[in-house]
Amino acid sequence: MPNSNEMFNPRPVLKFLDDSIIKKIITEARSILGNLGVEIHNKEILSMLHDHGAKVDMTKGHVLLTDDVIDDALKKTPRSFKLYDVLGNETHDFSGYEVHFTPGSAALNILDSNTQEIRRPTTEDYVRYAKLVSQLQNIASQSTAFIPADVHEHISDSYRLYLSLLYCEKPVVTGAFTVEAFTVMKELQVAVRGDEDGLAAKPLAVFSCCPTSPLKWSEVTSQNVVDCARFSIPVEFISMPLSGFMAPVTLVGTLVQHTAETLSGIVISQLTKPGAPVLYGGSPAIFDVRYETTPMGAIGTQMIDCAYNEIGKYLGIPTQAYISLSDAKQLDAQAGLESSMGATLAALAGINNISGPGMLDFESCQSLEKLLLDNEICGMALRLTKGIQPKEDFPALPRFEELLKEQHLLISEHTQKYLKEELYFPGPVIDRANRPRWQDEGSSTLLQRAQKEVEKLIEHYAPSRLPDTIKRELTKIMSEEARRCGMSDLPRIDV
Amino acid sequence: MQILQEISEVLQSGNGEKVAALTKQAIEKEILPKDVLDKGLIAGMNIVGEKYRSHDLFLPEVLLAAKAMYAGMDILKPLFLKDGIPTLGRVVMGTVQGDIHDIGKNLVSIMLRGAGFDVIDLGKDVSPKKFVETARKEKARVIGMSALLTTTMVVMKRVIDLLRKEGLQGKIKTIIGGAPVSAEFAEQIGADAYGYDSMNSVDCIKRLMEKE
Repeated sequence: MPNSNEMFNPRPVLKFLDDSIIKKIITEARSILGNLGVEIHNKEILSMLHDHGAKVDMTKGHVLLTDDVIDDALKKTPRSFKLYDVLGNETHDFSGYEVHFTPGSAALNILDSNTQEIRRPTTEDYVRYAKLVSQLQNIASQSTAFIPADVHEHISDSYRLYLSLLYCEKPVVTGAFTVEAFTVMKELQVAVRGDEDGLAAKPLAVFSCCPTSPLKWSEVTSQNVVDCARFSIPVEFISMPLSGFMAPVTLVGTLVQHTAETLSGIVISQLTKPGAPVLYGGSPAIFDVRYETTPMGAIGTQMIDCAYNEIGKYLGIPTQAYISLSDAKQLDAQAGLESSMGATLAALAGINNISGPGMLDFESCQSLEKLLLDNEICGMALRLTKGIQPKEDFPALPRFEELLKEQHLLISEHTQKYLKEELYFPGPVIDRANRPRWQDEGSSTLLQRAQKEVEKLIEHYAPSRLPDTIKRELTKIMSEEARRCGMSDLPRIDV
Repeated sequence: MQILQEISEVLQSGNGEKVAALTKQAIEKEILPKDVLDKGLIAGMNIVGEKYRSHDLFLPEVLLAAKAMYAGMDILKPLFLKDGIPTLGRVVMGTVQGDIHDIGKNLVSIMLRGAGFDVIDLGKDVSPKKFVETARKEKARVIGMSALLTTTMVVMKRVIDLLRKEGLQGKIKTIIGGAPVSAEFAEQIGADAYGYDSMNSVDCIKRLMEKE
């Protein structure tokens, strides 16, 4: 009989692919990059790739990536990296099967907490969001979850980061909409860390950089990859092939395209600066040919996410995916089922950075009430990843002697020691009351409980411990940027 | 007084040894035993109850606090020799005849003691006669009955019928609880209250006493 203590790893792991099919997918992706190549609308990058031996057509903005170039980049790619909060404390270890949840990002709309109607978000909404996410135990980072519509569009990306850094201590998953915005977003981070070396040593934010399917990089996104690499700011590549539309209809065919697009991003990043931290990420989706939509809650989408994560792991690169979100328009049963299925699969697959909580409607609408519910889903998924393992359970006899003697184990030392570690207890949004108690407490719906809890948490928010001098510096940087874009004043906020 | 506040706090954390030690200190400082009881022990348990209702504490923590309270009560008891330790009232508890499932009833007993009630726990498989005789003899104000089975819940009505027959209905209140019973069933059989969980049962019994 094997020694269970030595051999048993309790963490359950979900796998769709075996090594032979992963190798085949990577080989096909390399073949596409070598024979069909990638369009990159950025002369500086094309020139750099040319210097590294890639076959570049400067006039067409086209490059063929040979195996040598790809291998060179893969060798330089870090196997893991960490994130740190605004105070410099480590919060994320992107390695192995470690999983961390972050809210879905960059929604154009918010579902109003009171009316549950869709509308454009404002600064006040963003502050409420940051206050809420700072208290959600199972959401490890904040993302710049939606775009405040009450500031000039040229600062709508940096302004989100500014508010996040002011109100919440957690690191940030974000992105720049323009090449110019990167500079101010970098400056905001440098203000928190003190200097550029400090920021490189303790990354504070991950930038999403998206190729355009099929096999293209715009000037802005490719330049964002380069700029992030130069300052060792982590990047997550967000390849978005659409099965049956802008990618083959089969999941394997979509994976080939995702692999090619992501490898091209890795090449740009690692040839710019070897060792720049990256996540092997994405937001692929199946294409629903009935509605002309890209459902993020589709089981096919979720399977592609988990499978490309396996390819990333095979290549030794930490991973990310937009999964654990829903296409429902409200906080309804569809929202719960799609988000919980995604979170569960993603956690089991070991996707290192799981983006999605709070998001509805094809990544276009954030809901604070859904974010609160999803925090519970994430808590359950995180518990799932710990699996089942003995905790002073053998020998069993003494525990059962105690049970028979005391008639219960409610206050047993064993119970006191393991209760909260072994069993996940969700917050009040999840109904666990018996029916009379539920009725006694108002027969509330999930939405009503979520609304109540969201308001309670926002009310009990404790301000970020980031020193006031740094908060003032952030405001100075942001105000200057706003003035540059013609806004004399930023919206009033109470820090 | 600072020490009474401390007793309340260590009781909330479930530390029986400290509760006992601080209770002794309070008595040595010549604080009235009734104040130690009301403003230290009972005050602490009331906060525990509130925190349990708001999900800030879980059941094991409530039970540990109750156990810590008993440690303090043991110190105080000899000081109330003449009239006995003041309580919120006496409750007779039991699982009804034919039923041996007593987990829920035990929880309610623990919670009642923690809240300051004097509980006579008759255990399980308790006959109607035993419930009524004990309640009368011990001058209990409330009978609490528990059942887990649909086949035994009918015994609850027999207890209430017997109280009526003996002319005690209304003088001795009744409360029922357990998985198969409900507020509707309580009304149907003439019980005065229905408790859907241990803390709710304590609240119901307090309300029954207030009505008197």
